[in-house]
Amino acid sequence: MKILVCISHVPDTTSKINFTDGDSKFDTSGVQFIINPNDEFGLTRAMWFKEKQGAEVTVVNVGESSTEPTLRKALAIGADNAIRINAAPTDGYYTAVQLAEVAKDYDLVIAGKESIDYNGGMVPGILAELTGFNFINSCIGLEVDGSTATVTREIDGGKESLQTTLPLVIGGQKGIVEEKDLKIPNARGIMMARKKTLTVQEPVQSETLTKAVSFEKPAAKGTVKLVEADNLDALIDLLHNEAKVI
Amino acid sequence: MVSKSYIFIFTLSNKQIKFIAMKPDLFQAPDYYNMDDLLSEEHKLIRQATRDWVKKEVSPIIEQYAQNAEFPKHLLQGLAELGAFGPYIPQEYGGAGLDQISYGLIMQEIERGDSGIRSTASVQSSLVMYPIWKYGSEQQRKKFLPKLSSGELIGCFGLTEPNHGSNPGGMETKFTDAGDHYLLNGAKLWISNAPFADLAVVWAKDENGRIHGLLVERYMEGFSTPETHNKWSLRASATGELIFDNVKVPKENLLPGKNGLGAPLGCLDSARYGIAWGAIGAAMDCYDTALRYAKERIQFGKPIAATQLQQKKLAEMITEITKAQLLTLRLGQLKNEDRASSSQISMAKRNNVQMASDIAREARQILGAMGITGDFSIMRHMMNLESVITYEGTHDIHLLITGADITGEQAFK
Ligand SMILES: Cc1cc2nc3c(=O)[nH]c(=O)nc-3n(C[C@H](O)[C@H](O)[C@H](O)COP(=O)(O)OP(=O)(O)OC[C@H]3O[C@@H](n4cnc5c(N)ncnc54)[C@H](O)[C@@H]3O)c2cc1C
Ligand SMILES: Cc1cc2nc3c(=O)[nH]c(=O)nc-3n(C[C@H](O)[C@H](O)[C@H](O)COP(=O)(O)OP(=O)(O)OC[C@H]3O[C@@H](n4cnc5c(N)ncnc54)[C@H](O)[C@@H]3O)c2cc1C
Repeated sequence: MKILVCISHVPDTTSKINFTDGDSKFDTSGVQFIINPNDEFGLTRAMWFKEKQGAEVTVVNVGESSTEPTLRKALAIGADNAIRINAAPTDGYYTAVQLAEVAKDYDLVIAGKESIDYNGGMVPGILAELTGFNFINSCIGLEVDGSTATVTREIDGGKESLQTTLPLVIGGQKGIVEEKDLKIPNARGIMMARKKTLTVQEPVQSETLTKAVSFEKPAAKGTVKLVEADNLDALIDLLHNEAKVI
Repeated sequence: MVSKSYIFIFTLSNKQIKFIAMKPDLFQAPDYYNMDDLLSEEHKLIRQATRDWVKKEVSPIIEQYAQNAEFPKHLLQGLAELGAFGPYIPQEYGGAGLDQISYGLIMQEIERGDSGIRSTASVQSSLVMYPIWKYGSEQQRKKFLPKLSSGELIGCFGLTEPNHGSNPGGMETKFTDAGDHYLLNGAKLWISNAPFADLAVVWAKDENGRIHGLLVERYMEGFSTPETHNKWSLRASATGELIFDNVKVPKENLLPGKNGLGAPLGCLDSARYGIAWGAIGAAMDCYDTALRYAKERIQFGKPIAATQLQQKKLAEMITEITKAQLLTLRLGQLKNEDRASSSQISMAKRNNVQMASDIAREARQILGAMGITGDFSIMRHMMNLESVITYEGTHDIHLLITGADITGEQAFK
């Protein structure tokens, strides 16, 4: 089985977020980047297939050279090779068009259900449409037997089990593996990653359908008032008269 | 406000078990001079991997083990998998084949968690694997290094004796040639990992008073390793004695490649280099904790971080950390080129451990009473650093090494 894992390169959640160019551009200085958590769950599942069922795992990112350390980390975790599509994507459609060029050669494409930076949640769906592959989003379980895939999906208040056939695009999330299953790359893996190929490929022509006009940070948190646990009257008074929520 | 919301102490009084749930490890490494620009992507990757591992495996449990004066043995496997056992040992012997800066960064991150865990990794890498790699026969390398790297075997290093600490050249442990084996007699004290080590690299004198390294294995008759108790420092690391009562050591267990005091000192150079990095880790953790606390702790209606006195402490801390980072990275570059002298290593070990120890003390005060509890790592670091400033050459001895180097006059004797 040939698996493609789409890796989005996102700021660590503890990073301080700022914008430049009149609040229309994300300021990356001093920001630590990581593999999008949903993609890391997917990559870990891909490694499981590789170990248990035999699979070749490629990781791909649409991004500039600054995203290469993120791909190297994926290689150090155990992916066999990496592709970087050399572009600065600014919307989900453009990104999916680029990914589709690569994805058509694979049996299973694992993407995250959404990125934790721009939270578009569009790439896997558009990618499935462009490649004509089957598509299941929000996966919390994935098994493959021959060309049949059994996928568990989170639905409101429960779970749904689905069967479909490869080729398939999934949007994965926590549950496809658990947090404790995530692999921290080790020294040997990092040394092996040195020898693995990271192919840089130029983007295909595509339009960008959306444009970020401006960004706004959430309003700063106000000060907190602490109320002793046994002083319910004071709490009710504050909620009623000051916060005016009850 | 800070003080109350962060303490979680659960006491099962009937069983007298105290479980301390550490706060989530929020550590963020300071990099005031953009030193990261001088590191390779690989350096940053290995550092991040080690940091992630420490946050996941060490931080949540270490305080409890330190309080119980117990070594968290279950971490050995993780340390091995991470590659913390012999990171710079060539891959053909099971090591990772990384450079010296990577080794340093691994030590920094582990000691950020706890000096005791770093001690175990230092001993295994620089005091056990290093001498076997550098002074061992090809057969010894093939036999021991892969198992030491995978954690299947854990080693210790016996140099210090009850009557000879700073002056190891005076050691009394000796071996005699008994035909088809050697007979080893004597005792070593203050040996990290001794209580559970499978293998000891032991330095002893031959009949001519020449120092050699011998590989003493757990199963050998007459070899025992009683544990040293009641330490206030490195409580999460096991320390013990090595006692040799007519131990028969096979001749193939002598390290053939180097003898004389220079042999153990060569190992110490490698370990001290790692400690210089490690101390930065401990200092960073204390600084980061104190900075966060100072910003959150309100007294007299404002964060204590807004007072000049606390700012002085914090500003001096980050200045000292930054100086140590520069000193140590340069030392790492020299080490990569095989150009770092023993005296240069001494300077970094001495400077950085003192720096960390000073920062731990100041940081502890910034936390007020909270600083003395096990809810924060600072006092544990502070106590640990008392060992770190003593072992691998005391603070005084390293100064005398610098003194001897610049004046040409040996002041030890
Ligand atoms: C240099 C650079 C500059 C950028 N600037 C902007 C900007 O100014 N404005 C803006 O809105 N966005 C910007 N982006 C983000 C980029 O546009 C996103 O990749 C794209 O918008 C999709 O994000 P999303 O949140 O919609 O993804 P989602 O649809 O939420 O992502 C779901 C999944 O799709 C996959 N995926 C998403 N993006 C990529 C990718 N790039 N490569 C591989 N797999 C991917 C992952 O598996 C991810 O989990 C930038 C990215 C880069 C690298
Ligand atoms: C937790 C822990 C773990 C250890 N692990 C190991 C290990 O794994 N293997 C190992 O071999 N050893 C180990 N040691 C031992 C350590 O290396 C020694 O304690 C150290 O070398 C100092 O020796 P000492 O304690 O005998 O002190 P001493 O040498 O007796 O020194 C006492 C004091 O006198 C000073 N002093 C000594 N000589 C001079 C001089 N010429 N001029 C001025 N001042 C002087 C010293 O600086 C010190 O302040 C460990 C120690 C500790 C605390």
